[in-house]
Amino acid sequence: MSIEKFLNQALSSWMSGDGPESDIVLSSRVRLARNLKNYRFPTAFSSEEAKEIIEKVYNSVKDKSFPGIGPLELLVIDDLQPLQKRVLVEKHLISPHLAENATHGAVLLSENEEISIMINEEDHVRIQCLYSGLQLFEALKMANAFDDVIEDYVDYAFDEKIGYLTSCPTNVGTGLRASVMMHLPGLVLTREMNNIIPAMNRLGLVVRGIYGEGSEALGNIFQVSNQITLGKSEEDIVDELQNVVKQLIAQERAARENLRKTSNIQLEDKVFRSYGILSNCRIIESKEAASCLSDVRLGIDMGYIKGISKNILNELMIVTQPGFLQQYAGGPLRPNERDVRRATLIRERLKMEN
Amino acid sequence: MFCQECNERPATVHLTKIINGEKTILHLCDKCAQEKGEMFMMHPGAGFSINHLLAGLLNMEQGAFHSAQSSPFYQQTEPHCPHCSMTYSQFVKIGHFGCPNCYDAFREYLTPLLRRLHSGSLVHNGKIPRRMGGSIHIRKSIEELKQILQEAVAKEEFEKAAEIRDQIKYLESQLDSYFQGGGN
Repeated sequence: MSIEKFLNQALSSWMSGDGPESDIVLSSRVRLARNLKNYRFPTAFSSEEAKEIIEKVYNSVKDKSFPGIGPLELLVIDDLQPLQKRVLVEKHLISPHLAENATHGAVLLSENEEISIMINEEDHVRIQCLYSGLQLFEALKMANAFDDVIEDYVDYAFDEKIGYLTSCPTNVGTGLRASVMMHLPGLVLTREMNNIIPAMNRLGLVVRGIYGEGSEALGNIFQVSNQITLGKSEEDIVDELQNVVKQLIAQERAARENLRKTSNIQLEDKVFRSYGILSNCRIIESKEAASCLSDVRLGIDMGYIKGISKNILNELMIVTQPGFLQQYAGGPLRPNERDVRRATLIRERLKMEN
Repeated sequence: MFCQECNERPATVHLTKIINGEKTILHLCDKCAQEKGEMFMMHPGAGFSINHLLAGLLNMEQGAFHSAQSSPFYQQTEPHCPHCSMTYSQFVKIGHFGCPNCYDAFREYLTPLLRRLHSGSLVHNGKIPRRMGGSIHIRKSIEELKQILQEAVAKEEFEKAAEIRDQIKYLESQLDSYFQGGGN
């Protein structure tokens, strides 16, 4: 498959990198958890219940075309090949849990891949809207609209006092999880991130590396999301998150300016070394690739590197993961073969720029 | 020792996982360990999630439940959900409810848990389903108006207060007809 064709098929709208504040905020996501009244949760339901739920939810959107979005397509997880499932996970369109562990899972996807509605994940319905850049309120508005469309057809499990009932009590109330993916190399280089994470926790927000385990954040990419779902309105939850994200953006910009003043040549050196690795490597592991991609993206944002499009980080972080590499290769790859394929893919992508 | 995954190369990486006290050990070669590593990358937080933390919190609550059980006045059997027959200890174990009715069945035990999980908040303050929420919408607005009314009275804005009182009366009559007319 040619690289142009592969990338065309691989990229979702949220990776385009043209949303507001997209030099730092890669994407915004809003997820609403909903359940149907009188059905057991996926942890305990029967196959019959599961099938009825898929049918009911699918009927609520079937044969409809949504303005600016088009129709939603139903994918039944059990009908997918392992590689197809993996690619959907790598694109953040379905959760690993839905791909691997859920029984009778399904997903409704919009063509631009901004809307994905998971069915029979941890909850019966999880409406997810994923937008490029900082667009939390837009994502919330869209998620609410799909929530209303579904509610026209199904009875939700709702309690007047504690709100939308969810399988796990951590989601009860609004069922809302709003999250933002941020590229924060400046705060990592200046070691400020170590102080920021505990402060965020005190505000009821969670910060974690989106790739990599524990506190390690591959490619300096962090996800910030709300923890509390009960007692606040959806707008307040999103507004609080947005305010903190805006402060983080300001701090990241300040850290970058600080680095330019104090260690300009060292930073420029770091950026161009990484650029050198990416444009010349023949074998590269995912960890090294992530760290170099982060450096190059920082170099583009700070004007050291010119003539390369900004969304290279968003794009390559996704398509250099194992599932995508195997799709690009057209078949299964051993880990060492992947490292070779990854290097080729990155070099070819960089050549497209010149 | 050979790698458990490929059975080809010698195992050089020994991975110990402890999840909820259950220990598993994996013996892998470099290549397969790397592959596993990439799998972990794909599963952010797969090893330890909020649900495990939650199970920990719940075990503390369970302690309270057991001490109640040992009381001489204790007569009840363990609470369970009449709809899906999940027991409270099952919920504690997996951290997930069996069905929406579990919230009613375990309501009295949930208060401290919800308070801890959601920083003290216990009352939903967000969206209400449009179609099935009918009377709830009206009742919420009445509550809101009553608050505004109190503020108006406190500020001695009696004209405004009278207006709000009329609005409340109107909504209350709507609420009555809602129940008498069987909806809408």
